Parts: sequence; C-alpha cells; structure tokens
Amino acid sequence: MMMSHFKKVALTALALCMIGAPVHAAEGHKYPLPDMDWSFEGPFGTYDKAALQRGFLVYKQVCSACHGMKKLYYRHLEALGYSEAQIKTIAAEYTVMDGPNDEGEMFERPARPSDKFKLPYANDKAAMYANGGALPPDMSLIVKAREGGADYVYGVLVGYTNPPEGVVLGNNQHYNKFKSGNIIAMANPLNDGQVTYEDGTPQTADQYAKDVTHFLAWAAEPEMEQRKQMGVKVLIFLAVFAMIMYAVKRKIWEDVH
Amino acid sequence: MGSNSDRKPFNNKTIEWIDQRLPIFTMLDKEYGKFPTPRNFNYFWNFGAIAMFMLVTMIVTGITLAMHYTPHANYAFDSVERIMRDVNFGWLIRYIHMNGASFFFIAVYIHIFRGMYYGSFKQPRELLWILGVTIFLLMMATAFMGYVLPWGQMSFWGATVITNLFSAVPIVGPGIVEWMWGGFAVDNATLNRFFSLHFVLPFVIAAVVFLHVWALHVTGSNNPTGLDVKGPQDTLPFNPYYTIKDLFGLIVFVAVYAMFIFFMPNALGHPDNYIPANPLVTPPHIVPEWYFLTFYAILRSIFFDFNPIMLAGFGGIGYYVAKVVWDKNRTDYFSTRNLIILGVSGFLTLVGFVGAFFPQLHIPLTNMVIIEAKLGGVLAMFGAVGLLFVLPWCDTHPVRSARYRPLYKAALLFFVAIVLLLGYVGAMPAEGIWPWIGLAATGYYMAFFLVILPILSKHEKALPLPASIAQAVLDEQAAKAAKLAKKGA
Ligand code: HEC
Ligand code: HEM
Repeated sequence: MMMSHFKKVALTALALCMIGAPVHAAEGHKYPLPDMDWSFEGPFGTYDKAALQRGFLVYKQVCSACHGMKKLYYRHLEALGYSEAQIKTIAAEYTVMDGPNDEGEMFERPARPSDKFKLPYANDKAAMYANGGALPPDMSLIVKAREGGADYVYGVLVGYTNPPEGVVLGNNQHYNKFKSGNIIAMANPLNDGQVTYEDGTPQTADQYAKDVTHFLAWAAEPEMEQRKQMGVKVLIFLAVFAMIMYAVKRKIWEDVH
Repeated sequence: MGSNSDRKPFNNKTIEWIDQRLPIFTMLDKEYGKFPTPRNFNYFWNFGAIAMFMLVTMIVTGITLAMHYTPHANYAFDSVERIMRDVNFGWLIRYIHMNGASFFFIAVYIHIFRGMYYGSFKQPRELLWILGVTIFLLMMATAFMGYVLPWGQMSFWGATVITNLFSAVPIVGPGIVEWMWGGFAVDNATLNRFFSLHFVLPFVIAAVVFLHVWALHVTGSNNPTGLDVKGPQDTLPFNPYYTIKDLFGLIVFVAVYAMFIFFMPNALGHPDNYIPANPLVTPPHIVPEWYFLTFYAILRSIFFDFNPIMLAGFGGIGYYVAKVVWDKNRTDYFSTRNLIILGVSGFLTLVGFVGAFFPQLHIPLTNMVIIEAKLGGVLAMFGAVGLLFVLPWCDTHPVRSARYRPLYKAALLFFVAIVLLLGYVGAMPAEGIWPWIGLAATGYYMAFFLVILPILSKHEKALPLPASIAQAVLDEQAAKAAKLAKKGA
C-alpha cells in the first residue's frame, strides 16, 4: 500500500536516530489485525463521502445508543456532503436542554447545527450502570486512541467468535479476536440487515463495520484531507527548493573543490 | 571613548546610523560573514544550525498554541482537541510542535554524536561542550513537561511515574514529590506549574544557546580532522560557503520532518495519549517518548537493592579504577597487588548478587538494604547524563578525531549501538530477559566513560595525522582523482 511504502521510506531515513517503538503485549491471544484497503490511507488518501454518510447512519442508528461523540457538532456533518438544510433536519431530531431563559428556567428545544452531538447518557456513572459496569468509550477519537487505528476498530466489530477451549466468559463478557485481551463487555452490535441503506450497498454486518469505521476515522481526523493535500504541495516545494539550493551550493563551492 | 572606535563604516546610510550607535552589523559581519571556518566540514556540521532552527520553530509554534490552550485538568484535553478541530490551521501548528520535539532531539542527538566522534569536546572546547550538555538537560525537562500538557493517559501516567522517582531520595524524597505536585497526587496544580515551566524553559535554553554559540566563536569550530586551524589556507569565510551549505542541509532535514507532520503525524507518539487522563485507570504499559527510552532503560536496569557485600565489591572496583586506571603514570593493571584487589572486589560483588537473587541461601548481610533499587535506578539515570558533562576529563587523548583513532572509533560506535539497544530495552516491558540486557548495556555505558576512555587516552597510538586541514583536503582530492582515473582506465 502507498502509505506503508511511504512510511518505510521515511522511517528508513530516520532509522539511525530512531529508537525502538513502544510495544504492547496484551494478555490473551494476539491475532494479526485485518489489513484493510481504506481510501483514506496513503499520502493521497481521501474519505469516501458515500461511505461516511452510510457510516454516520450506522453510528446514529446503532452505536449512538451507548457511545457518545463529545467532540462533534452537527455542523461538522457538512464535511460528509450533507446540505445545510439536511443538517438542520438531522439536528432537529434531537432535543437538547438550553437555558436559563429570561425567567431563569432551563428549557428543552430541538437541537440546532451549532449544538454538540447529543450524548446517550448524562454522565459516565449512568453509562456504566446501563452497561453492566463497563464504560462505552467516547467515539470521537477512538481511531487515533487505539494501536492499529481503523484496522483495529473494524477488527473489533467483526472479531466476535466463540471463545476457544478453556476460556470461560463471565456475565456481560464476550470473546473477540481483535480486542486487546480478547474479552470485551460490548455484545456484537452489528447484524445483517439492521440498517437500511438507500444507495444499494449490501446491508451486511461486514459492510456496516467498514462504513462506521470510515466515519469514525473521519471523526478522529477531520483535517486529514486538507493535511495531506497541503503536505504534497509542501514536499514538492521543498524538493524543488532543495535542488536549487544544491545547485547554488555546487556553484559557490566550485572554486574551492 | 567607547569600545566602538575601530569600526569600518557601512555604505548604506541607515545601517551606518544604527551601527555607529550599536555595532550589530559589524558583529554580524564578523561572526557570520567573514568568520573564518574550517574548509573541510562534512554534513555532520549542519546539525547545530538545524537545532537552532528547531528551537525557533518550537518557540513560535509553542506561543501560538499557548494562545488557545487551557491549563486546567478539566479542560486541557478538550482545549487541545479544539485546537485540532476548530482553530484555523490549529492541527498544523500542533503537529509541527508535537513532531518538532522529536526532530529537535534527533538533531541534537546527531549533534552530540558529531561532537564525540570528532573530539569537539576536548580542550579548548570543554566549556562549549558543558553548555551543550546543559542545553540537552534543559531540553529533556522541557519536553517532559510539554508532554504532560495535553492531559491524556500517557501524559498523566508519565508524569506520575517520573515525579514519583524523586520519592527515592532518602528522608526528604516524599516531601520533594508533594512539593513538586503541589498536592498529594499529579493534579490540576501540577498541570498548572508544568505549563508555566514549559513556557519559560525554552527561553532559558535560548539564553544558554547564546552562551554556547558565543563560546564557539571564541574557540572557533573543530573539524573532521580534529586539527587546529593553522592559517587562512585552512579556512573559508562563513558566508557564503557555509550559509548555503547549512541552508541546503536544513531544507533536506525539514523535508523529512514535513513527511511526518503531514503524512504520519502520530507515528512517533502513543495512541493512549488520545484517551483523556484518568487517575483510576492505569495503562498496561507506561512508556515515555522515544527520545527518553535510553535513559528510561538505564533507570529500570537497577532492579535489585544494593546490599553491603555488593557495595563493598563495587567500592573495591571503584578504588582500582580511580587509583590505577585513572592515574596517567600507572600501567601496573595486573600487578599482584592490583590483581588481588580486583579479585577480592569481584568476588564480593558476585557474592552480593548471588545473595540478592537467592535469598534462600541466607548469605550474611545480603538481606540488608543500603540503597533501594529505585534510588539506585535514579542515581544510574542521572549518572548517565552526568557522565556526558565530564566527558572531556574521561577522554584526554591528545588526538581529537576518531578518524585517526581506530580503537576509540570502535569503542564509540559500539557505545552508539548500546545506546540504541538501551532505547529498545526501554520500550520493552520490564520482564524476562530485558532487564538483564538493560543491566549489561548500562554496564557498558558507564564503563565506556569510566574505564575504556581513560585507558585509551593513555595507550592508544593514533594513526599518522595530516600536516594541516588544507593538506587533508588536498590528500582527499588526490585520492578521489586517483579513484576516478582508475575507474576510467
Ligand atoms: C449496548 C451498548 C453498545 C452499543 C450499541 C455499541 N457499543 Fe461499543 N462498547 C460498549 C461497551 C460497554 C464498551 C466497552 C467494552 C469494554 O470495555 O470491554 C464498548 C466498546 C467499544 C469499542 C472499544 C473497544 C476497545 O478496544 O476498547 C469500540 C471501538 C466500540 N465499542 C465500537 C462500537 C461501534 C462502532 C458500535 C456501533 C456499531 C458500538 N460500539 C455499539 C457498548 C456498546
Ligand atoms: C538547543 C540545542 C542546541 C543548539 C541550538 C546548538 C547550536 C549550535 C550551533 C549553531 C553550533 C555551531 C554549528 C555546528 O558546529 O554544528 C554548535 C556547535 C557545538 N555544539 Fe551545539 N547546539 C545545541 C545543543 C548542543 C548539545 C546538547 C551539545 C553537546 C552535548 C552541543 C555541543 C556542541 C559542540 C561541542 C559544538 C562545537 C562543534 C564544533 O565546532 O565541532 N550542542 N551548537
């Protein structure tokens, strides 16, 4: 893949001065993560807007029951290709608390694009109480907050299997090949046909997992497209500048060599 | 009569007006224009200027970040994410700063290696070297506190582990730790003071860099031959020769740096730092940033308490090193008396270790703890940095450059390998074979300064030196031409 090749080149350039990367050894069995071909990988990677919209749908209809996304505002959905009117409609599906008003009272109103995503629980305690003591982590940064990134999140969503011989699961525990440590308190959230897609994309659990991961990758790095596009320009500039400077240097040093 | 009398006037009226009152242009011309610089620098000599560029970059991006950052335990993490998402080009500023710390260390590590390889730390540049190591220490403190500011899981737990080290100091340790925390745990007060210090220390670094460069301009630069400059044929004016070479090297360095900023901005960081700090959940492995891993490994390599038997053994070896190895006039390393000293202290050390690791043997005195493992580790870690300060007195060989000292060259390159190995060990969990590898590598690290360098200083016979820098350049050109001619034929 582009990214990994690119990475290798740059890392080799630094090989002499870099010291070993931090290493994780989780208990449990470590299965190699699926190596997915994400459109957002590599120096020219971009998000697929259709996948983002489908992923948002999955998040909205499935994951948002348990997982909040504290860092997102409804207005951010513009990046997925929604129009202003569509975003208004999406936001208006939720009721948020506002106030105090002129009489000093808190009041409820439909959410607006300038509001934050509505959270499923009032606080962590409530979230844990509702999930048998486990805290469903906030999803805003999940792709950046796990070793393996998008491959890991996708892996967790498709990694549910029966536990191997000898592994005894407790109450509210599930076996997952890719979760670090293999034991996860989240039941398999995705099933075939659960979310209706309007664009004819197959409605399988695997496709849902891909799409929602795509959406979560965007949520973690909304600046990624701008960053990479700028990076290509910066590197081209630096390469040309370096060549010119090298030529000038040769010229200046000509008489002493 | 001021100190400004023997000044040459400038043609430009404005420049002349300023220069008459403050001869800043005269100074610039003297120190960066005409400044006579050895003509034979290789690209290792670029890294001082690169480090300077990185310092400026860090200060500029840091001040910008500070305009949007909130140093409060409840808001710090969110304010950083706000910078990433809502501040115009905030992500760019943050990624430049974040990766800048790594690239600053890369530049300075190469810069330090250059100094060691070519003997730049030797007479008359000892103070220049000490100022450099001071910069390095200040950089470590600054980077450590900076990493705490985003208040992620690694920030919090890194701060907890490192500040807790000071509790190893006997008697006053726990008090010192609470004083540093400003409370009874790493908390809001700690974050606040770290922010304050992280803001100010780079300016202290800038001041020490000024002294460092001042000292450099008093002695003049060293060069790959390590020979002193003997006359104008050995030098070139800094401008344009080295301004252009520095600029070219800088751009190449910045290009590699930019690859990280734009295409893998988090490759050198740790994913756990995108999880908000949580004092109730300890991450499975707390690892520092890569540039601290070597010192972290040295810290963890002392995983046993020191008992009196062991210390007696170390004392004997220390006596031997101080009296025999460090004495310029002695070569009786293996005289009967010295062999007895070494034998007895070696034996005591061995017994001390056996007693420490096999308590069931009940070897007398080995269950007594004189220095706890934790304190031992802290001493080893600070000792490792401290040894850099005294390097000019460990290596007193009259020849500077490793080019003409094959034994020193081998020992130094092996030292570099050991430093990298320690970095690897620092990233590994402290289990199984790793602490033992760490201990052995720490042993070589210390012995390099305390035993190998003094012995080499006394005995290494250097290869024949060229007559001068200019002669060395001519020899090199001749060799190159001969090679070309051979290829052509
Ligand atoms: C019924 C509630 C619930 C739903 C619905 C749910 N999750 Fe979870 N999720 C949890 C809980 C609880 C945890 C914490 C698991 C643990 O700590 O073992 C969790 C953990 C996770 C993790 C973190 C795994 C790790 O490595 O720590 C990810 C990623 C995740 N969920 C993604 C999703 C996605 C994507 C969806 C929607 C398709 C979803 N979840 C739907 C309850 C839920
Ligand atoms: C903020 C970090 C630093 C900056 C900005 C800096 C800057 C510079 C500059 C501009 C030079 C002249 C150019 C060159 O010879 O490369 C120099 C020389 C030197 N520096 Fe540094 N330096 C830094 C850190 C250090 C450290 C940490 C050390 C050693 C531990 C060190 C040791 C030296 C020595 C010995 C020289 C003289 C080199 C020679 O002439 O061969 N410097 N420094």
